[in-house]
Amino acid sequence: MSTLDRPLRGATVIVCCGSGGVGKTTVAAVIGIELARRDQRVVVVTIDPARRLADALGLADGLGAEPQRIDLDVPGELWAMMLDTEVMFDRVVRANAADAEQADRIVQNRFFRNMAGALSGTQEYMASEALHQLHGDERFDVVVVDTPPSRHALDFLEAPGVLARFLDHKVFKLLMLPTRSGLRVLNTAAQPILRAIGRVVGSDVLADAVAFFQAFAGMEVGFRDRASSVMSLLISPDTRYVLVAAPRHDTVDEAVWFADQLRARGIGVSAAVVNRTHPRFGSGTAAEAAEQAAEEKDPATAALWTNLAELRTIAEREREAVAPLDDRLDGAALVEVPLLAGDVHDLDGLVEIGTHLFKRRSVPAAGRR
Amino acid sequence: MPTLIAANVVVVAGKGGVGKTTVTAVLARAAADTGLQVLVVELDGKPLLATLVPGIEVRSISASDALNEYLREKGFTRVAKRLASSGVIDVISTAAPGIDDIVVLGKIKQLERSRQWDLIVVDGPAAGHAITFLTSAKGMLDSVRGGPVYAQAKDVMELLGDPERCQVVLVTLPETTPVNEVIETSATLAERVGVRLGPVVINGVDPRTDVPDPSTLKLGRGSDANALRAAAVFRRARRAMQDDEIARLERSVTTPVVELVSLPVAGLAADDIQLLAASLANLGGTP
Repeated sequence: MSTLDRPLRGATVIVCCGSGGVGKTTVAAVIGIELARRDQRVVVVTIDPARRLADALGLADGLGAEPQRIDLDVPGELWAMMLDTEVMFDRVVRANAADAEQADRIVQNRFFRNMAGALSGTQEYMASEALHQLHGDERFDVVVVDTPPSRHALDFLEAPGVLARFLDHKVFKLLMLPTRSGLRVLNTAAQPILRAIGRVVGSDVLADAVAFFQAFAGMEVGFRDRASSVMSLLISPDTRYVLVAAPRHDTVDEAVWFADQLRARGIGVSAAVVNRTHPRFGSGTAAEAAEQAAEEKDPATAALWTNLAELRTIAEREREAVAPLDDRLDGAALVEVPLLAGDVHDLDGLVEIGTHLFKRRSVPAAGRR
Repeated sequence: MPTLIAANVVVVAGKGGVGKTTVTAVLARAAADTGLQVLVVELDGKPLLATLVPGIEVRSISASDALNEYLREKGFTRVAKRLASSGVIDVISTAAPGIDDIVVLGKIKQLERSRQWDLIVVDGPAAGHAITFLTSAKGMLDSVRGGPVYAQAKDVMELLGDPERCQVVLVTLPETTPVNEVIETSATLAERVGVRLGPVVINGVDPRTDVPDPSTLKLGRGSDANALRAAAVFRRARRAMQDDEIARLERSVTTPVVELVSLPVAGLAADDIQLLAASLANLGGTP
C-alpha cells in the first residue's frame, strides 16, 4: 500500500489541488495533523468558504485570518488559518506602497475594493501570497495549502502574475500618459473607448477606476518582483503537489489534466489521493457474488449476496475510473482513502483518515488536550 | 416531480461535487419525456452535459460572449469590437462587479422571453458562486444609476422575483456537511434574493433495497461469510447516516425534499440519466 510518507519527506510547502467537492480541505487537515504528530510545526491554510476545516478541528468560532494554534496533544504544533482575500490584499498593498498615504488612497478606493473581492484569480493570487509569507515565517516548518475550489486548478500557478498582468492592461496604458512629472491620468472624455465604457457602466464607476490606477502608479514594479519570487517558491523542489480526486471519471480527468499541466512546467506530482473509494469486501468479483445471490435458497442470505455484489460493482467501476490517473503518475504514490461508514466532521474522523494516508508508527494517538 | 419544473426557468444550484450537472440533465430529460420543449443552459463550459441529454438542445453561455452580444444589440457595436480584442471585460467587470453575471442572466431572460422553449434548465455556476450569481442584479441596482446595464439588472430582478417564471432547485448529498451547506444556502437565498425556492434534490441516495442485519443470520465462518457480514454492516451504517441526514434536511427547509437514487457507476452516462428521469416521473404523476 502506498502512503504519503515518502512523497512528503523534506517538504516545506504542500499544495493540495483538485476539483471542488473532492475533499481537498480534509486531506490538507489530515496532512497537517500527521506532520504535527511527527514533531513538525505546521500551518494549514484553507480557502474553503464552508469553513469545514474549522468544523473538523473543533474550532467553534471558525478560523481567523491570522494563524491560530489548534489545541492538539502532539509533539509538534498545528496552526490553521483561513484565507481572507481582502485582508491579504490590503496587507500586500501596504507592503508595496511608497507611504501610508498612497496605501490609504488605494485601499479606500471603490474600484480596489471590488477588485479585491471580485477580480477573477484574486483569490488564487492571495493564496499564493499567503503561502509565500507563511513560508518565510519563523514559526512554521511546513505550510500546507488547500487551493481554492477552482475549476481551473491551474489558476493557482498563474496567480502571482494576475495583478501584474492586470497592470499591463491596455486600459491602464490608455489611462496613463507619461509626462515630465511622472504619470498623469488622461482626461477620460478624450478617449472614445473610455467614453463608451462610461456610457455602459456609468461614469462614476469609471472615475473610481481612474482614481485607482492613478493611486497605483509606481507600485507595478514591486508587484512584478513579488510575483516572480512567489513563482520560484511554487516551482521549488521542496514544494510538493498532492492531487486530490474522487473515484469518478470527471474528477479523475481533471486531476490527470492538472498533472499534465504541472509536468509541462517542469513540476512533478508527488502523490495523488483518491478520496472516498468504496472499500473492497473479500477477494471475489461482483459477478461471482451476483451468481451466489441467484443460487442462494434463503432469501435473507441472498439479499446479503446481492448487497455484496452491488458494493463490489461500485468498487470495480471506481477502479476503472481511477486507472488513467495511476498511469499518469510516473510512479508517484497513489493513495486511496476508503469511504468510511460514518461522515467525517470531527477530529476522530480526521485521525482515522490519517491511518490510510500515512504509515502509523508508534506515535501516540492524537487527541484533544 | 410536479413542482421541480414548475417555472419557465429552473436554475440548478449547489456546491461542487454534489451532482448539479446530473440533476440538470435529469430534470431536462424528465421534462422532455413529457413532451415539453426543453433548453439546457450551461455556464461552465462543460462539454459533458450535451452527451448526457441526447436530443435536447444545450447552449453554453459565457460572460464575455453575452456582454459582447448585449453591447451589439444596444448599438455599441464598435465598443463591443474593441472590448473583445483588448480583453477589457476584465476591467469592466471589476469596475462594476456582477456585470458578467447580469449579462449572463440577461441572456437567459432573453431566451425565456423568446418563448421558443417551455422550460429552460440552467446548470448553475460552480461552488459557492450561486448566491453572488443570483444577487448580482440587486447589487447592481444599488451601485449603478441609469444606463443600459441598469435596465438589464432591472429586467433580471423581475425574472428572478417572479415565481411563475423562475425558480431555484438546490442540490445536495445525504451527508452532514453538504446538508449543512444547503440549509444555509436555502436561508440566504430566501432572505437576500427573494427568488422562489423549488424542492431540494438529494442526490446519490442509497436505494433502500433489503439488507438484513447479518447478526440475525447463520452465515458460518470463512472468507465469504466475513465479506457478506462486513458489506452488510457497512451498507447499513451508511444508510442509517443517510436517513438521519435526510430527516434533518426535511426538518430544516420549508420546501419539499426530493430523492434521486445513487446508481452503481463511477460517473453517469445518458442511459443513467434516462433511468433517473423515469424514477422522478414515477414519484408524482405529471410534471
